[in-house]
Amino acid sequence: MDKMLKITNGQAVPRASIPRVDFAEFSAALTEFVANDGFVVQMFAYQEAEKTLVLAVLRNTELYVISTEVRESFPSLTAKASEKFHLFEREIAEQYGVRPEGHPWLKMVRYHANATGADDVFGNDYSVDIPGNYEYFRVDGEAIHEVGVGPVHAGIIEPGHFRFQCAGEEVLHLEIQLGYQHRGVEQMLPSMPMKRMPIICEAIAGDTAIGHNLCLCQAIEALAGMQVLPGASITRCIALELERLANHIGDLGALSGDVAFNPPASYFGRIRGEFLNLLQVLCGNRFGKGLVRPGGVAHIMGQEQRQLLRDKLEEITPEIEHVCDLLFTAHTVVARFEHTGTVTKEMATDLGLVGYAGRACGLAYDARIAFPTECYQDLPANANKVTDGDVNSRAWVRREEVMHSLGLINLLLAKHEALEEEEQAVQARQVNLAADAFVVTVNEGWRGELSHAVLTDSEGKVDRYKIKDPSFHNWTGLAMSLRNQGISDFPLCNKSYNLSYCGFDL
Amino acid sequence: MASFLSLLLALAAAPLYPGIILKVKAFFAGKKGPPLLIKYYTLWKLLQKGSVYSTSTTFVFKLGPVVSFAAAVLPLLFFPFAGNASLFSFHGDVVLMLYVMGMGRFFTVVAALDTASPFEGMGCAREVFFSTLAELTLFAILILFYRLSGSLSMSSFFSEGNTLTLAGASGALIVLVIVALFMVLLTENSRVPVDDPATHLELTMIHEVMILDHSGPDLALIELGAFYKLFFYAAFIIQLLCPFSLPLSLLNIIFFFILLALVYTAVGVIESIMARFKMNLVPKFILTSFVLGFFAVILTMGVLQ
Repeated sequence: MDKMLKITNGQAVPRASIPRVDFAEFSAALTEFVANDGFVVQMFAYQEAEKTLVLAVLRNTELYVISTEVRESFPSLTAKASEKFHLFEREIAEQYGVRPEGHPWLKMVRYHANATGADDVFGNDYSVDIPGNYEYFRVDGEAIHEVGVGPVHAGIIEPGHFRFQCAGEEVLHLEIQLGYQHRGVEQMLPSMPMKRMPIICEAIAGDTAIGHNLCLCQAIEALAGMQVLPGASITRCIALELERLANHIGDLGALSGDVAFNPPASYFGRIRGEFLNLLQVLCGNRFGKGLVRPGGVAHIMGQEQRQLLRDKLEEITPEIEHVCDLLFTAHTVVARFEHTGTVTKEMATDLGLVGYAGRACGLAYDARIAFPTECYQDLPANANKVTDGDVNSRAWVRREEVMHSLGLINLLLAKHEALEEEEQAVQARQVNLAADAFVVTVNEGWRGELSHAVLTDSEGKVDRYKIKDPSFHNWTGLAMSLRNQGISDFPLCNKSYNLSYCGFDL
Repeated sequence: MASFLSLLLALAAAPLYPGIILKVKAFFAGKKGPPLLIKYYTLWKLLQKGSVYSTSTTFVFKLGPVVSFAAAVLPLLFFPFAGNASLFSFHGDVVLMLYVMGMGRFFTVVAALDTASPFEGMGCAREVFFSTLAELTLFAILILFYRLSGSLSMSSFFSEGNTLTLAGASGALIVLVIVALFMVLLTENSRVPVDDPATHLELTMIHEVMILDHSGPDLALIELGAFYKLFFYAAFIIQLLCPFSLPLSLLNIIFFFILLALVYTAVGVIESIMARFKMNLVPKFILTSFVLGFFAVILTMGVLQ
């Protein structure tokens, strides 16, 4: 750990201060770190002066950064140290053509050509427009059958391919292939005028518009040395919590609908709309687009908005409690939720699950508490009682977070009311970023830990922009949930994670 | 005449009743719900479309909807609606009815397998397994009825002088039968808690997944067949519930069709107040209905006297 640089969430450091060690040291340091309750926040490659470097941002109770230089291949850390590196190494191989030697399941992540023009690690021909040009993991045997679902699904959901290896109704293995919505956001961002960056980040994952945009804005603020006024900071927190509420409530309704228990599905569907409408009260957009901008917020919350928020919360809080009770006391629902799609705490730790998926397994990590931004350091933490790692726990964690978030918004509203200084709306504009700097921002989006990392070049232009959605960690959790589970439980397990396809595909 | 009229009425009214289920569910969900006649509109819509056939299917696939529709209509010809004599009847017609329905299922299954889709194969396995178990219940009930009435004909079960109703001498046994039959109704007609007719999730479906590839008029036939099947079971239950002794047969018929709505309302209420079972609980649910039926049979054997 002594070789790594300790950094603070949302504070820029000079690029030169990032320790660069040789690969053996890098590997040893990371191996030791993840073995001692350490997790990977970001691990990505970038190019500097014709060299390919790999940079890792790690966390335990603090954030650390370390980097190394790699050539055309390096010994895989997944094989040596931990599953936590699995997707990161595959992503590095795909984006920069660097092969992690000995990787247990080296396969492309999103199906696109690498940025360096090196030979493709996976031997793919990208002029052929079909992701899935490789073998899936196969189980052989007399009674084994294979079921492929997607990428086009029956419901209105995003595209992704799920390949099940089943023995009768039992799933032995699930392999998830995504990448169908790869838009090249990471490559696009550095070439964009700064005014457009928030708009793009709001579209990384449509349901996490505020979360991702907040990560971007904090990064820009850190690099440009901008200060955010307390009022704007409070508005941002309220928006983030409203986004969490809308999505958690929607998920609880969808979970209910998936087990064919209709009344809560309808009620929650309506209540979700109420929260989206509150976001509209804040900024004119139901998904909170156009609210958060570097330096503050584009719409000031006034007395009228505060009152609207307060009245609506007072009205729907008891409704939410009632519908939650209806859902969680229906014994047929509990029978369906309990012991379905269980992931043990050990496995969750091995995979590095984040957000409610992790908390449902007993990993208490919450970025709002561990690395607080905006005004989260002054707000109370949440605790989860049901942590068995099954669908029931993931539903309960959502319920507890919903009640917690409602409390937070009330606190934030009171805080905002007590403010005296005049607020100012900000609009996105071109600002000068610190040259040769590095910043990483971490926020607890509704799905879990969101992180953006930005490297600037010698002219203060964005050189490399790296995005990580919590789904990047958690998709593997879904696959593990299905082990030895009935295939008919897949939709329910999938809904209990409700991961982002486009947030993963970038 | 009355039997002919009631059959025609049954054929025409069967698509109305599922609309009641939807209305009940909508009521519990705090919604308005689709119009009562929605199923007629759906059938009309489907009949106006063309059918799409996958290139991997053969004539078996096209045969499926036709045969399963015919197999759903046929049992109604043997059914004595509201105590009126059925159009056809002979000793042992109930066995024929059950196997005609079994044949309909067989053709639905082979049509589904014909598409070579992994989903449909899974659905077939589930459907066949669950209806095999449901058949046990039905035959337990037939054994009971044979012991009570000395007959194996639908018409004579419910003819004058027979006591196969709740109000009859063996009413206590009929309570068990009604419960068992209602459980079979839920199973065979893919209702909650066994199956979810409203879901779009292929992996969880039992019956619906088998007909995913059918479209247009084919799908209309399948849907209509499903309405008749549900109608058959609902009518069966109503016959057991109520003796129909009103003086006029026309009044009886009207009374019967009104009572039918009760069964559908019960289905709607159940779908609103409970979630689906986990797939591995479904066999236990069906076998419970068998136990109820079989228990009733044991009671008639006089072992407890």
